[in-house]
Amino acid sequence: MENIPQIPRQMEPKVEVEGSKSSLWGQVWRRFIKRKMAVVGFLFLTMIFVFSFIGPFFSPYTTMGTNPINAHQPPSSAHWLGTDHLGRDVLTRLMLAGRISLTVGLGAMVLSVSIGGILGILAGYYRGIVDQIVMRIADVLMTLPGLPLLFIMAAIMSEWRVPAEHRMYIVMIMLSLIGWPGLARLIRSQVLSLREREFMLATDALGLRDRRKLLNHLLPNVVPILIVTATLSVGGAILSESVLSYFGLGVVPPTASWGNMINAANSLIDFTNRPWLWIPPGVAIFVTVICINLLGDGLRDAIDPNMKGR
Amino acid sequence: MSERASVLEVKHLSAHFETEQGIVRAVDDVSFSVKEGETVCVVGESGCGKSVTAMSVMGLVQTDVKGDLFFKGKNLAELSRGDLRRVRGNDLAMIFQEPMSSLNPVLTIGEQIMEPLLVHHPYSKKQARHKAIELIELVGIGRAEQIFKSYPHQLSGGMLQRIMIAIALSCDPDMLIADEPTTALDVTIQAQVLDLLRTLQEERNMSMLLITHDLGVVAEVADFVVVMYAGKVIETGTVHDIFASPKHPYTKGLLYAKPVLGNRTKKLYTIPGQVPNLVDLTPSCYFHERCEHAMDICREKMPTLKLEDRQHVACWLYEKEVKG
Repeated sequence: MENIPQIPRQMEPKVEVEGSKSSLWGQVWRRFIKRKMAVVGFLFLTMIFVFSFIGPFFSPYTTMGTNPINAHQPPSSAHWLGTDHLGRDVLTRLMLAGRISLTVGLGAMVLSVSIGGILGILAGYYRGIVDQIVMRIADVLMTLPGLPLLFIMAAIMSEWRVPAEHRMYIVMIMLSLIGWPGLARLIRSQVLSLREREFMLATDALGLRDRRKLLNHLLPNVVPILIVTATLSVGGAILSESVLSYFGLGVVPPTASWGNMINAANSLIDFTNRPWLWIPPGVAIFVTVICINLLGDGLRDAIDPNMKGR
Repeated sequence: MSERASVLEVKHLSAHFETEQGIVRAVDDVSFSVKEGETVCVVGESGCGKSVTAMSVMGLVQTDVKGDLFFKGKNLAELSRGDLRRVRGNDLAMIFQEPMSSLNPVLTIGEQIMEPLLVHHPYSKKQARHKAIELIELVGIGRAEQIFKSYPHQLSGGMLQRIMIAIALSCDPDMLIADEPTTALDVTIQAQVLDLLRTLQEERNMSMLLITHDLGVVAEVADFVVVMYAGKVIETGTVHDIFASPKHPYTKGLLYAKPVLGNRTKKLYTIPGQVPNLVDLTPSCYFHERCEHAMDICREKMPTLKLEDRQHVACWLYEKEVKG
């Protein structure tokens, strides 16, 4: 065995293998933190999450704590953002609404990424009949205009008298139903090109099972694009949820969501005289979605599939 | 040599592709066998069906492949999907031409070496890891622990080809198919990789089917040579016979076209013309357009492989009836 030629030391190539520096995610992270706007977005988003999920524990008020005597108070030291028509603290409601809106956004994203990712990989890998079925369903869903479809589904949900506390889950499912086709297409097209690459041929030559080829070889290759699309889709989901809730079709009171809080702007008197009711949730939606988009763009640049060595 | 059992027997292998222009006979009625511990080289110009032959043996061609492939006595075509999967990567391994693109860019080297071990053997993760590091050392790369954790883009082509070899050898295959393993590498690395392959082969008494267009490689490692032209086998023989007394004009041309170091001529010899388009070939010797000895019969009838001296050759020049 000693006559096997060793590569001389000086010929060993440019490997700088040092812990996380070498890993792909380490590289992504280093590129990501160079993008100031993305980092700002990320930090703001973290703050919004902390505000929504941890904030309510520090609030002396509860969302159900109605107190009609206290109704329509302008911002004060007791109620930083004033109170609404039932005397509830707007700041506390804003935080709790954030929980709902962010959860709906994330939940819808997780669902649509799961559905779209799985179907996209299967369609791209197996092609043929599987591809036909998946893509025709996706085509049909994509030809239907999103918002009217959501309205109809929401109307059905109201007709069936879905309890208010369950509505957010239904909204998640609705949003993911119209969200997955785009993602499935994207993943399918990626997989279609990946499956023709030589390393996939090599997996054939190694005698791997399909499950292993899909999960160990194809999936890691589409994860970067999956992450970017998923991040950006959270913003879209939050917006759609807000629209639905604004129209009273998504999450309905007494459960607060940023969308149904803005609904206050519908009444002229609230719109002109009590801006503390609708400006804060509006700002919350605006900032959240902008931050998500900045983060998504930053991630896309950091995980550029055309980056060196891939 | 003949008493050794043959590990791979290829009988009348044909792989035809349907294209818009017609049927491409990429591999047409190819037969040869690889014996235990022997290295068989398939040689020929680009586009003469060498790689398709190798791919067909592995069952990696997306078309109808006709003919019989016997691997250790079993007909590969009759194996179930599951059985074929157990053979591939385990008993019958393959090395690809492009080491850079044959490894998954998002998985570490270690993960990719461990994979066949985990799939084909009841290894635990820990044992597989241990074996993988051994394999990296076996193919002559130091700092195995570090290499184990690195990604393909961090290694050079020569190292990646060594990794490919390590992966192919991980399950101790009885036979290794190497499709131009050194083409993408520079000359010094080529020699290292060839040495490595030869040493490992001798150690393990492994059979090898080597696809190459490089006659230097053939002279270096082959025991037996199969010369292909336009999807057909035109000459077979031991490496000594082929180099000492090539029979077919094409083989002669190939040998003549090889540059000799330190012996610079005005112009390198080339075989005039190109490999004919493989679509709709009429029965003839496919080489007749480029052959300086072409006769009438070469344009009308296809020669078959006949024993001439000690090697088989498909050429009308050696047919008694024509000569006489």
